[in-house]
Amino acid sequence: MSLNKNQAQHIAMLARLKLSDDEYAESVEKLSKIIDFVDQLSAVDTTDIIPMAHPLAAAQRLRPDDVTEVDNRDHYQQNANEVVDGLYLVPKVLE
Amino acid sequence: MDIYHQTLAELCVGLEKGDFTSVELTQSLLDRVAVEDKRLNSFITITATEALAAAASADEARANGNTGALNGLPIVHKDIFCTKGVKTTCGSKMLDNFISPYSATVVKKIANAGAVVLGKCNMDEFAMGSSNETSFFGPVRNPWNLECTPGGSSGGSAASVAARLVPAATGTDTGGSIRQPAALTGTVGLKPTYGRVSRYGMIAFASSLDQAGMITRSVEDAARMLGVMAGFDKRDSTSINQAVPDYLASIGKSIKGLRIGIARQHFDEGLDERTRTKVKDAISVLESMGATTIEIDLPNINLSVPTYYVVAPAECSSNLSRFDGVRFGYRAENAEDLLDLYCRSRGEGFGDEVKRRIMTGAYVLSAGYYDAYYIKAQQVRQLIADDFKEAFFNVDLIVGPTTPSPAFKLGDKVDDPIQMYLNDIYTVGANLAGLPAMSIPCGFVNDMPVGLHLVGPHFGEEVLLRCGHQYQQETDWHMACPEAFK
Repeated sequence: MSLNKNQAQHIAMLARLKLSDDEYAESVEKLSKIIDFVDQLSAVDTTDIIPMAHPLAAAQRLRPDDVTEVDNRDHYQQNANEVVDGLYLVPKVLE
Repeated sequence: MDIYHQTLAELCVGLEKGDFTSVELTQSLLDRVAVEDKRLNSFITITATEALAAAASADEARANGNTGALNGLPIVHKDIFCTKGVKTTCGSKMLDNFISPYSATVVKKIANAGAVVLGKCNMDEFAMGSSNETSFFGPVRNPWNLECTPGGSSGGSAASVAARLVPAATGTDTGGSIRQPAALTGTVGLKPTYGRVSRYGMIAFASSLDQAGMITRSVEDAARMLGVMAGFDKRDSTSINQAVPDYLASIGKSIKGLRIGIARQHFDEGLDERTRTKVKDAISVLESMGATTIEIDLPNINLSVPTYYVVAPAECSSNLSRFDGVRFGYRAENAEDLLDLYCRSRGEGFGDEVKRRIMTGAYVLSAGYYDAYYIKAQQVRQLIADDFKEAFFNVDLIVGPTTPSPAFKLGDKVDDPIQMYLNDIYTVGANLAGLPAMSIPCGFVNDMPVGLHLVGPHFGEEVLLRCGHQYQQETDWHMACPEAFK
Protein backbone atom coordinates (compact mmCIF):
# COMPACT_ATOMS: atom_id res chain seq x y z
CA MET A 1 0.00 0.00 0.00
CA SER A 2 1.18 3.50 -0.45
CA LEU A 3 0.85 6.24 2.09
CA ASN A 4 -0.49 9.70 1.34
CA LYS A 5 0.73 12.99 2.74
CA ASN A 6 -2.05 13.11 5.37
CA GLN A 7 -1.02 9.74 6.74
CA ALA A 8 2.63 10.79 6.78
CA GLN A 9 1.66 13.92 8.70
CA HIS A 10 -0.33 11.86 11.18
CA ILE A 11 2.60 9.49 11.74
CA ALA A 12 5.02 12.40 12.11
CA MET A 13 2.75 13.94 14.75
CA LEU A 14 2.52 10.63 16.63
CA ALA A 15 6.33 10.52 16.55
CA ARG A 16 6.63 14.20 17.54
CA LEU A 17 8.72 15.04 14.48
CA LYS A 18 8.45 18.32 12.58
CA LEU A 19 9.33 17.75 8.93
CA SER A 20 9.82 20.18 6.07
CA ASP A 21 7.72 19.91 2.89
CA ASP A 22 10.64 18.26 1.09
CA GLU A 23 11.01 15.79 3.91
CA TYR A 24 7.29 14.91 3.67
CA ALA A 25 7.59 14.21 -0.04
CA GLU A 26 10.56 11.94 0.57
CA SER A 27 8.94 10.27 3.59
CA VAL A 28 5.81 9.41 1.65
CA GLU A 29 7.86 7.77 -1.07
CA LYS A 30 10.35 5.91 1.10
CA LEU A 31 7.94 4.90 3.87
CA SER A 32 5.59 3.51 1.24
CA LYS A 33 8.41 1.35 -0.12
CA ILE A 34 9.27 0.13 3.38
CA ILE A 35 5.63 -0.67 4.20
CA ASP A 36 5.27 -2.54 0.89
CA PHE A 37 8.43 -4.47 1.70
CA VAL A 38 7.30 -5.56 5.18
CA ASP A 39 3.81 -6.35 3.85
CA GLN A 40 5.14 -9.70 2.59
CA LEU A 41 4.75 -10.91 6.18
CA SER A 42 0.97 -10.84 5.74
CA ALA A 43 1.18 -13.90 3.47
CA VAL A 44 2.74 -16.06 6.21
CA ASP A 45 0.47 -18.50 8.04
CA THR A 46 0.97 -17.77 11.75
CA THR A 47 -2.15 -19.49 13.08
CA ASP A 48 -1.64 -20.50 16.74
CA ILE A 49 1.91 -19.07 16.84
CA ILE A 50 2.52 -17.16 20.07
CA PRO A 51 4.27 -13.83 19.34
CA MET A 52 7.82 -13.87 20.66
CA ALA A 53 8.28 -11.85 23.84
CA HIS A 54 11.96 -12.60 24.56
CA PRO A 55 14.58 -14.24 22.32
CA LEU A 56 15.68 -16.61 25.10
CA ALA A 57 12.16 -17.16 26.44
CA ALA A 58 13.40 -15.68 29.72
CA ALA A 59 11.13 -13.95 32.20
CA GLN A 60 11.68 -10.37 33.29
CA ARG A 61 13.68 -10.29 36.51
CA LEU A 62 12.21 -8.52 39.53
CA ARG A 63 14.03 -7.00 42.49
CA PRO A 64 12.90 -5.87 45.93
CA ASP A 65 11.42 -2.38 45.86
CA ASP A 66 14.29 -0.79 47.81
CA VAL A 67 16.04 2.52 47.26
CA THR A 68 19.34 1.60 45.60
CA GLU A 69 20.42 4.76 43.81
CA VAL A 70 21.80 7.94 45.31
CA ASP A 71 20.57 11.38 44.25
CA ASN A 72 22.69 12.67 41.36
CA ARG A 73 20.27 15.32 40.14
CA ASP A 74 22.71 18.22 40.01
CA HIS A 75 25.23 16.11 38.13
CA TYR A 76 22.65 14.87 35.62
CA GLN A 77 21.22 18.33 35.07
CA GLN A 78 24.55 19.58 33.77
CA ASN A 79 23.41 18.23 30.39
CA ALA A 80 20.11 20.11 30.46
CA ASN A 81 19.53 23.22 28.38
CA GLU A 82 17.62 25.23 30.97
CA VAL A 83 17.45 24.52 34.67
CA VAL A 84 16.34 26.72 37.57
CA ASP A 85 16.37 25.57 41.20
CA GLY A 86 16.74 21.96 40.11
CA LEU A 87 13.76 22.15 37.74
CA TYR A 88 13.84 21.67 33.98
CA LEU A 89 12.43 24.69 32.17
CA VAL A 90 10.09 24.30 29.19
CA PRO A 91 7.84 26.77 27.34
CA LYS A 92 4.76 27.79 29.30
CA VAL A 93 2.08 25.07 29.34
CA LEU A 94 -0.69 26.81 31.33
CA GLU A 95 -1.80 30.40 30.87
CA MET B 1 57.27 -5.92 13.30
CA ASP B 2 55.94 -2.41 13.78
CA ILE B 3 54.06 -2.09 17.00
CA TYR B 4 50.75 -1.16 15.33
CA HIS B 5 50.61 -4.46 13.43
CA GLN B 6 50.48 -6.45 16.64
CA THR B 7 47.36 -8.11 18.02
CA LEU B 8 46.28 -7.80 21.66
CA ALA B 9 47.90 -11.17 22.37
CA GLU B 10 51.22 -10.06 20.83
CA LEU B 11 51.16 -6.68 22.55
CA CYS B 12 50.49 -8.40 25.84
CA VAL B 13 53.68 -10.45 25.44
CA GLY B 14 55.67 -7.31 24.54
CA LEU B 15 54.40 -5.46 27.62
CA GLU B 16 55.07 -8.47 29.82
CA LYS B 17 58.65 -8.80 28.54
CA GLY B 18 59.24 -5.08 28.92
CA ASP B 19 59.94 -4.52 25.21
CA PHE B 20 57.86 -1.34 25.52
CA THR B 21 55.66 0.33 28.10
CA SER B 22 51.97 1.03 27.77
CA VAL B 23 52.75 4.76 27.72
CA GLU B 24 55.09 4.25 24.74
CA LEU B 25 52.56 2.02 22.98
CA THR B 26 49.70 4.45 23.63
CA GLN B 27 51.68 7.48 22.44
CA SER B 28 52.74 5.66 19.31
CA LEU B 29 49.14 4.72 18.42
CA LEU B 30 47.84 8.20 19.26
CA ASP B 31 50.45 9.62 16.87
CA ARG B 32 49.34 7.16 14.20
CA VAL B 33 45.65 8.01 14.72
CA ALA B 34 46.40 11.75 14.44
CA VAL B 35 47.94 11.24 11.00
CA GLU B 36 46.12 8.29 9.45
CA ASP B 37 42.57 8.91 10.63
CA LYS B 38 42.38 11.99 8.42
CA ARG B 39 41.83 9.54 5.57
CA LEU B 40 39.27 7.40 7.41
CA ASN B 41 37.20 9.58 9.77
CA SER B 42 36.88 6.59 12.11
CA PHE B 43 37.11 8.61 15.35
CA ILE B 44 34.59 11.12 16.68
CA THR B 45 36.54 11.89 19.86
CA ILE B 46 40.18 11.22 20.72
CA THR B 47 40.81 10.97 24.46
CA ALA B 48 44.60 11.41 24.45
CA THR B 49 44.98 12.85 27.97
CA GLU B 50 42.81 10.18 29.59
CA ALA B 51 44.54 7.47 27.55
CA LEU B 52 48.05 8.48 28.60
CA ALA B 53 46.97 8.68 32.25
CA ALA B 54 45.40 5.19 32.02
CA ALA B 55 48.57 3.89 30.33
CA ALA B 56 50.74 5.29 33.15
CA SER B 57 48.48 3.59 35.72
CA ALA B 58 48.67 0.33 33.77
CA ASP B 59 52.48 0.49 33.70
CA GLU B 60 52.51 1.11 37.43
CA ALA B 61 50.09 -1.79 38.04
CA ARG B 62 52.30 -4.08 35.96
CA ALA B 63 55.39 -3.02 37.92
CA ASN B 64 53.50 -4.01 41.07
CA GLY B 65 52.66 -7.39 39.57
CA ASN B 66 48.99 -6.49 39.31
CA THR B 67 47.73 -7.07 35.75
CA GLY B 68 44.21 -7.41 34.35
CA ALA B 69 43.40 -9.27 31.13
CA LEU B 70 43.73 -6.05 29.10
CA ASN B 71 46.35 -4.29 31.20
CA GLY B 72 47.96 -1.48 29.22
CA LEU B 73 46.33 -2.58 25.95
CA PRO B 74 44.81 0.14 23.72
CA ILE B 75 41.21 -0.13 22.57
CA VAL B 76 38.48 2.18 21.29
CA HIS B 77 34.78 2.31 22.11
CA LYS B 78 31.98 2.72 19.63
CA ASP B 79 30.46 6.11 20.48
CA ILE B 80 27.24 4.40 21.60
CA PHE B 81 28.74 3.45 24.99
CA CYS B 82 28.24 6.08 27.66
CA THR B 83 31.64 7.11 29.02
CA LYS B 84 31.67 9.24 32.15
CA GLY B 85 32.97 12.75 31.55
CA VAL B 86 33.46 12.13 27.82
CA LYS B 87 31.29 13.29 24.92
CA THR B 88 29.03 10.41 23.87
CA THR B 89 27.23 11.28 20.62
CA CYS B 90 25.83 8.03 19.18
CA GLY B 91 26.75 9.56 15.81
CA SER B 92 23.96 12.13 16.15
CA LYS B 93 23.52 15.89 16.22
CA MET B 94 20.99 15.12 18.97
CA LEU B 95 23.82 14.18 21.35
CA ASP B 96 26.61 16.35 19.95
CA ASN B 97 26.63 18.27 23.26
CA PHE B 98 26.13 15.27 25.58
CA ILE B 99 28.79 14.62 28.21
CA SER B 100 27.82 11.33 29.78
CA PRO B 101 27.34 11.56 33.56
CA TYR B 102 28.01 7.81 33.97
CA SER B 103 29.79 4.90 32.30
CA ALA B 104 28.29 1.85 30.62
CA THR B 105 28.99 -1.49 32.31
CA VAL B 106 31.07 -2.52 29.28
CA VAL B 107 33.16 0.66 29.64
CA LYS B 108 33.69 -0.02 33.36
CA LYS B 109 34.61 -3.68 32.86
CA ILE B 110 37.13 -2.86 30.15
CA ALA B 111 38.63 -0.08 32.29
CA ASN B 112 38.82 -2.42 35.29
CA ALA B 113 40.72 -4.93 33.16
CA GLY B 114 43.38 -2.24 32.67
CA ALA B 115 42.66 -1.24 29.07
CA VAL B 116 43.67 2.15 27.66
CA VAL B 117 40.83 3.83 25.74
CA LEU B 118 42.12 5.97 22.85
CA GLY B 119 38.74 7.46 21.98
CA LYS B 120 35.23 7.04 20.68
CA CYS B 121 34.50 5.67 17.22
CA ASN B 122 32.28 6.96 14.46
CA MET B 123 29.08 5.06 13.67
CA ASP B 124 25.77 5.30 11.85
CA GLU B 125 23.44 7.64 13.70
CA PHE B 126 21.91 5.75 16.66
CA ALA B 127 23.36 2.58 15.06
CA MET B 128 20.81 2.79 12.23
CA GLY B 129 22.57 2.11 8.97
CA SER B 130 24.72 -0.38 7.11
CA SER B 131 27.26 1.96 5.52
CA ASN B 132 28.20 4.53 8.19
CA GLU B 133 26.74 7.20 5.91
CA THR B 134 24.00 8.21 8.35
CA SER B 135 26.53 9.57 10.88
CA PHE B 136 26.19 13.28 11.70
CA PHE B 137 30.01 13.32 11.70
CA GLY B 138 30.31 12.13 8.11
CA PRO B 139 30.96 8.71 6.62
CA VAL B 140 33.88 6.49 7.57
CA ARG B 141 35.99 5.19 4.72
CA ASN B 142 37.07 1.60 4.11
CA PRO B 143 40.86 1.19 4.56
CA TRP B 144 40.90 -1.35 1.70
CA ASN B 145 39.45 1.20 -0.74
CA LEU B 146 38.79 4.73 0.45
CA GLU B 147 35.88 5.13 -1.99
CA CYS B 148 34.03 2.24 -0.35
CA THR B 149 31.99 1.97 2.80
CA PRO B 150 33.45 0.09 5.78
CA GLY B 151 29.89 -1.08 6.52
CA GLY B 152 27.86 -0.11 9.53
CA SER B 153 26.76 0.68 11.98
CA SER B 154 30.06 -0.07 13.78
CA GLY B 155 31.96 1.31 10.77
CA GLY B 156 34.45 3.40 12.75
CA SER B 157 35.29 0.45 15.00
CA ALA B 158 35.90 -1.83 12.00
CA ALA B 159 37.87 0.70 9.95
CA SER B 160 40.16 1.66 12.85
CA VAL B 161 40.97 -1.99 13.59
CA ALA B 162 41.44 -2.90 9.89
CA ALA B 163 43.77 0.10 9.34
CA ARG B 164 45.90 -0.84 12.34
CA LEU B 165 45.04 2.33 14.28
CA VAL B 166 44.08 0.18 17.25
CA PRO B 167 44.08 -3.59 17.87
CA ALA B 168 40.52 -3.90 19.18
CA ALA B 169 37.27 -1.97 19.36
CA THR B 170 33.90 -2.43 21.00
CA GLY B 171 30.81 -2.49 18.83
CA THR B 172 27.10 -3.18 18.98
CA ASP B 173 24.99 -5.39 16.77
CA THR B 174 21.22 -5.08 16.35
CA GLY B 175 20.89 -6.59 12.87
CA GLY B 176 24.50 -7.15 11.80
CA SER B 177 26.19 -3.93 12.91
CA ILE B 178 29.33 -5.71 14.16
CA ARG B 179 29.51 -8.59 11.69
CA GLN B 180 28.77 -6.75 8.43
CA PRO B 181 31.49 -4.08 8.94
CA ALA B 182 33.89 -6.82 10.11
CA ALA B 183 33.23 -8.71 6.88
CA LEU B 184 33.65 -5.60 4.73
CA THR B 185 36.97 -4.64 6.38
CA GLY B 186 38.60 -8.06 6.80
CA THR B 187 38.34 -8.07 10.60
CA VAL B 188 36.82 -10.39 13.20
CA GLY B 189 33.45 -9.34 14.60
CA LEU B 190 31.57 -11.19 17.33
CA LYS B 191 28.01 -10.60 18.46
CA PRO B 192 27.45 -12.65 21.61
CA THR B 193 24.20 -14.31 22.73
CA TYR B 194 21.44 -11.83 23.64
CA GLY B 195 21.92 -11.07 27.34
CA ARG B 196 25.54 -12.30 27.49
CA VAL B 197 27.01 -8.77 27.68
CA SER B 198 25.32 -5.99 29.64
CA ARG B 199 23.38 -3.35 27.71
CA TYR B 200 23.51 -0.90 30.62
CA GLY B 201 24.81 2.44 29.36
CA MET B 202 24.70 1.34 25.75
CA ILE B 203 22.37 3.81 24.05
CA ALA B 204 19.30 1.76 23.14
CA PHE B 205 18.13 1.23 19.57
CA ALA B 206 16.02 -1.97 19.61
CA SER B 207 16.20 -3.47 23.08
CA SER B 208 15.15 -7.04 22.23
CA LEU B 209 17.88 -7.23 19.57
CA ASP B 210 20.77 -5.02 20.76
CA GLN B 211 23.92 -6.75 21.96
CA ALA B 212 27.44 -5.50 22.60
CA GLY B 213 30.46 -7.24 21.14
CA MET B 214 33.85 -6.47 19.66
CA ILE B 215 35.89 -6.11 16.51
CA THR B 216 39.45 -7.46 16.55
CA ARG B 217 42.00 -8.80 14.09
CA SER B 218 42.21 -12.33 15.50
CA VAL B 219 39.63 -14.68 16.97
CA GLU B 220 41.97 -15.18 19.92
CA ASP B 221 41.68 -11.46 20.71
CA ALA B 222 37.89 -11.65 20.45
CA ALA B 223 37.97 -14.44 23.06
CA ARG B 224 40.11 -12.26 25.32
CA MET B 225 37.74 -9.30 24.97
CA LEU B 226 34.61 -11.41 25.52
CA GLY B 227 36.04 -12.83 28.74
CA VAL B 228 36.27 -9.25 30.04
CA MET B 229 32.95 -7.95 28.67
CA ALA B 230 30.60 -10.87 29.40
CA GLY B 231 28.73 -11.50 32.61
CA PHE B 232 25.60 -10.81 34.60
CA ASP B 233 24.69 -7.21 35.39
CA LYS B 234 21.86 -6.38 37.74
CA ARG B 235 21.54 -3.00 36.01
CA ASP B 236 20.39 -4.64 32.77
CA SER B 237 17.01 -6.32 33.25
CA THR B 238 17.63 -8.65 30.28
CA SER B 239 21.14 -9.68 31.36
CA ILE B 240 21.34 -13.47 31.78
CA ASN B 241 22.80 -14.84 34.99
CA GLN B 242 25.10 -17.53 33.68
CA ALA B 243 28.76 -18.22 34.50
CA VAL B 244 31.36 -16.86 32.04
CA PRO B 245 33.59 -19.66 30.72
CA ASP B 246 37.32 -19.18 30.16
CA TYR B 247 37.00 -18.50 26.42
CA LEU B 248 40.77 -18.53 25.83
CA ALA B 249 41.12 -21.98 27.41
CA SER B 250 39.00 -23.82 24.84
CA ILE B 251 40.00 -22.18 21.55
CA GLY B 252 43.03 -24.43 21.13
CA LYS B 253 40.99 -27.62 20.85
CA SER B 254 40.64 -29.38 17.48
CA ILE B 255 37.43 -29.10 15.45
CA LYS B 256 37.56 -32.75 14.46
CA GLY B 257 34.03 -34.11 14.41
CA LEU B 258 32.43 -30.66 14.63
CA ARG B 259 29.06 -30.73 12.82
CA ILE B 260 28.65 -27.70 10.57
CA GLY B 261 25.24 -26.86 9.17
CA ILE B 262 24.98 -25.41 5.67
CA ALA B 263 21.64 -23.79 4.85
CA ARG B 264 20.75 -23.67 1.16
CA GLN B 265 18.91 -20.38 1.82
CA HIS B 266 22.31 -18.78 2.56
CA PHE B 267 23.55 -19.59 -0.94
CA ASP B 268 20.60 -18.51 -3.05
CA GLU B 269 20.59 -16.19 -6.08
CA GLY B 270 21.09 -13.04 -3.99
CA LEU B 271 24.69 -14.06 -3.25
CA ASP B 272 27.54 -12.67 -5.36
CA GLU B 273 29.13 -15.53 -7.31
CA ARG B 274 32.73 -14.83 -6.29
CA THR B 275 31.75 -14.37 -2.66
CA ARG B 276 30.04 -17.77 -2.84
CA THR B 277 33.27 -19.35 -4.09
CA LYS B 278 35.31 -17.86 -1.23
CA VAL B 279 32.81 -19.06 1.37
CA LYS B 280 32.70 -22.56 -0.16
CA ASP B 281 36.52 -22.63 -0.12
CA ALA B 282 36.50 -21.77 3.59
CA ILE B 283 34.00 -24.56 4.29
CA SER B 284 36.32 -26.97 2.45
CA VAL B 285 39.17 -25.87 4.73
CA LEU B 286 37.01 -26.61 7.78
CA GLU B 287 36.18 -30.04 6.31
CA SER B 288 39.86 -30.74 5.70
CA MET B 289 40.40 -30.03 9.40
CA GLY B 290 37.97 -32.76 10.39
CA ALA B 291 34.62 -30.96 10.56
CA THR B 292 31.65 -32.58 8.87
CA THR B 293 29.03 -30.62 6.94
CA ILE B 294 25.33 -31.30 7.11
CA GLU B 295 22.69 -29.69 4.91
CA ILE B 296 20.07 -27.89 6.94
CA ASP B 297 16.90 -26.00 6.15
CA LEU B 298 15.95 -22.58 7.51
CA PRO B 299 12.62 -22.27 5.67
CA ASN B 300 11.61 -18.88 7.12
CA ILE B 301 15.01 -17.16 7.08
CA ASN B 302 14.14 -15.14 3.97
CA LEU B 303 11.48 -13.40 6.06
CA SER B 304 14.06 -12.19 8.56
CA VAL B 305 14.71 -8.79 6.93
CA PRO B 306 11.02 -7.75 6.69
CA THR B 307 10.47 -9.09 10.24
CA TYR B 308 13.43 -7.08 11.49
CA TYR B 309 12.20 -3.92 9.76
CA VAL B 310 8.99 -4.09 11.77
CA VAL B 311 10.41 -5.10 15.15
CA ALA B 312 13.50 -2.86 15.15
CA PRO B 313 11.75 0.39 14.08
CA ALA B 314 8.93 -0.29 16.56
CA GLU B 315 11.39 -0.59 19.43
CA CYS B 316 13.42 2.35 18.12
CA SER B 317 10.38 4.64 18.02
CA SER B 318 9.76 3.80 21.65
CA ASN B 319 13.40 4.04 22.82
CA LEU B 320 14.09 7.31 21.01
CA SER B 321 11.05 9.02 22.53
CA ARG B 322 13.38 9.99 25.40
CA PHE B 323 15.03 12.62 23.19
CA ASP B 324 12.72 15.52 23.84
CA GLY B 325 14.99 18.56 24.01
CA VAL B 326 14.26 19.02 27.72
CA ARG B 327 16.56 16.97 29.93
CA PHE B 328 19.56 16.52 27.66
CA GLY B 329 20.50 16.59 24.01
CA TYR B 330 19.73 19.01 21.20
CA ARG B 331 17.10 21.67 21.84
CA ALA B 332 15.46 23.81 19.13
CA GLU B 333 15.55 27.56 19.71
CA ASN B 334 12.57 29.91 20.18
CA ALA B 335 9.93 27.22 20.60
CA GLU B 336 6.35 28.53 20.51
CA ASP B 337 5.07 25.98 22.99
CA LEU B 338 5.94 22.60 24.48
CA LEU B 339 4.71 20.60 21.47
CA ASP B 340 6.71 22.81 19.12
CA LEU B 341 9.76 22.30 21.33
CA TYR B 342 9.42 18.50 21.12
CA CYS B 343 8.68 18.38 17.39
CA ARG B 344 11.35 20.83 16.29
CA SER B 345 14.07 19.51 18.62
CA ARG B 346 13.49 16.02 17.24
CA GLY B 347 12.96 17.17 13.65
CA GLU B 348 16.21 19.17 13.70
CA GLY B 349 18.24 16.86 15.97
CA PHE B 350 17.66 13.55 14.16
CA GLY B 351 18.94 12.69 10.69
CA ASP B 352 16.85 11.31 7.79
CA GLU B 353 17.32 7.58 8.39
CA VAL B 354 16.58 7.87 12.11
CA LYS B 355 13.43 9.86 11.40
CA ARG B 356 12.41 7.27 8.81
CA ARG B 357 12.81 4.43 11.30
CA ILE B 358 10.97 6.30 14.05
CA MET B 359 8.09 6.94 11.63
CA THR B 360 8.06 3.32 10.44
CA GLY B 361 7.90 2.27 14.09
CA ALA B 362 5.16 4.75 14.94
CA TYR B 363 3.17 3.47 11.95
CA VAL B 364 3.43 -0.26 12.76
CA LEU B 365 2.53 0.42 16.39
CA SER B 366 -0.34 2.79 15.64
CA ALA B 367 -4.01 2.01 16.28
CA GLY B 368 -5.39 -0.34 13.64
CA TYR B 369 -1.98 -1.55 12.44
CA TYR B 370 -0.45 -3.03 15.60
CA ASP B 371 -1.80 -6.57 15.06
CA ALA B 372 -1.19 -6.59 11.32
CA TYR B 373 2.45 -5.54 11.61
CA TYR B 374 3.97 -5.74 15.08
CA ILE B 375 2.21 -8.86 16.41
CA LYS B 376 2.54 -10.53 13.01
CA ALA B 377 6.30 -9.81 12.95
CA GLN B 378 6.76 -11.21 16.46
CA GLN B 379 4.97 -14.38 15.33
CA VAL B 380 7.18 -14.75 12.26
CA ARG B 381 10.15 -14.04 14.50
CA GLN B 382 9.13 -17.05 16.59
CA LEU B 383 8.99 -19.20 13.44
CA ILE B 384 12.50 -18.06 12.48
CA ALA B 385 13.81 -18.82 15.98
CA ASP B 386 12.13 -22.27 15.87
CA ASP B 387 13.90 -23.05 12.58
CA PHE B 388 17.28 -22.37 14.21
CA LYS B 389 16.32 -24.43 17.27
CA GLU B 390 15.41 -27.35 15.04
CA ALA B 391 18.70 -27.02 13.12
CA PHE B 392 20.79 -27.03 16.30
CA PHE B 393 19.46 -30.49 17.21
CA ASN B 394 21.69 -31.82 14.44
CA VAL B 395 24.57 -29.36 14.09
CA ASP B 396 27.02 -27.53 16.39
CA LEU B 397 27.12 -24.36 14.33
CA ILE B 398 25.87 -22.91 11.04
CA VAL B 399 28.30 -21.48 8.48
CA GLY B 400 27.65 -19.24 5.47
CA PRO B 401 28.45 -15.80 4.01
CA THR B 402 28.22 -12.71 6.25
CA THR B 403 27.13 -10.38 3.44
CA PRO B 404 25.77 -10.88 -0.09
CA SER B 405 28.77 -9.06 -1.63
CA PRO B 406 31.96 -7.22 -0.65
CA ALA B 407 31.99 -3.50 0.28
CA PHE B 408 30.06 -1.19 -2.04
CA LYS B 409 30.92 2.39 -2.96
CA LEU B 410 29.92 5.22 -0.66
CA GLY B 411 26.75 6.80 -2.06
CA ASP B 412 25.68 3.69 -4.01
CA LYS B 413 22.76 2.61 -1.83
CA VAL B 414 22.11 5.71 0.22
CA ASP B 415 18.92 6.62 -1.67
CA ASP B 416 17.34 3.19 -1.58
CA PRO B 417 16.50 2.02 1.96
CA ILE B 418 15.38 -1.46 0.83
CA GLN B 419 18.69 -2.18 -0.97
CA MET B 420 20.53 -0.94 2.11
CA TYR B 421 18.39 -3.11 4.42
CA LEU B 422 19.07 -6.23 2.30
CA ASN B 423 22.74 -6.03 3.29
CA ASP B 424 21.63 -7.58 6.56
CA ILE B 425 19.97 -10.58 4.94
CA TYR B 426 22.38 -13.19 6.36
CA THR B 427 22.98 -11.51 9.73
CA VAL B 428 19.58 -10.44 11.15
CA GLY B 429 18.38 -13.98 11.80
CA ALA B 430 20.86 -14.34 14.68
CA ASN B 431 19.55 -11.13 16.28
CA LEU B 432 15.91 -12.15 15.93
CA ALA B 433 16.67 -15.51 17.57
CA GLY B 434 19.15 -14.08 20.12
CA LEU B 435 21.98 -16.35 18.89
CA PRO B 436 25.74 -15.69 19.06
CA ALA B 437 27.35 -15.12 15.66
CA MET B 438 30.74 -14.10 14.31
CA SER B 439 32.28 -12.96 11.04
CA ILE B 440 35.88 -13.87 10.19
CA PRO B 441 37.91 -13.00 7.07
CA CYS B 442 37.98 -15.78 4.44
CA GLY B 443 39.48 -14.24 1.32
CA PHE B 444 39.23 -11.38 -1.16
CA VAL B 445 37.14 -10.50 -4.19
CA ASN B 446 38.65 -7.70 -6.31
CA ASP B 447 41.01 -6.91 -3.42
CA MET B 448 38.08 -6.41 -1.05
CA PRO B 449 37.63 -8.69 1.99
CA VAL B 450 34.97 -11.40 2.26
CA GLY B 451 33.51 -12.55 5.58
CA LEU B 452 32.62 -16.07 6.73
CA HIS B 453 29.61 -16.09 9.05
CA LEU B 454 29.38 -18.56 11.94
CA VAL B 455 26.20 -18.86 14.01
CA GLY B 456 26.00 -20.91 17.21
CA PRO B 457 23.27 -22.01 19.61
CA HIS B 458 22.46 -19.83 22.65
CA PHE B 459 25.62 -19.42 24.77
CA GLY B 460 27.62 -21.27 22.10
CA GLU B 461 30.34 -18.60 21.92
CA GLU B 462 32.99 -21.20 22.79
CA VAL B 463 32.29 -23.31 19.72
CA LEU B 464 32.31 -20.22 17.45
CA LEU B 465 35.61 -19.03 18.90
CA ARG B 466 37.19 -22.47 18.74
CA CYS B 467 36.13 -23.00 15.11
CA GLY B 468 37.25 -19.48 14.14
CA HIS B 469 40.58 -19.73 15.94
CA GLN B 470 41.35 -23.13 14.45
CA TYR B 471 40.49 -21.78 10.97
CA GLN B 472 42.94 -18.91 11.59
CA GLN B 473 45.66 -21.44 12.44
CA GLU B 474 45.25 -22.90 8.92
CA THR B 475 44.73 -19.66 6.99
CA ASP B 476 46.24 -16.18 7.03
CA TRP B 477 43.44 -14.01 5.61
CA HIS B 478 43.19 -12.23 8.97
CA MET B 479 46.84 -11.20 8.77
CA ALA B 480 46.38 -9.17 5.57
CA CYS B 481 46.87 -5.43 5.98
CA PRO B 482 45.43 -2.80 3.62
CA GLU B 483 48.25 -1.58 1.34
CA ALA B 484 47.56 2.09 2.14
CA PHE B 485 48.02 1.50 5.88
CA LYS B 486 51.07 -0.80 5.99
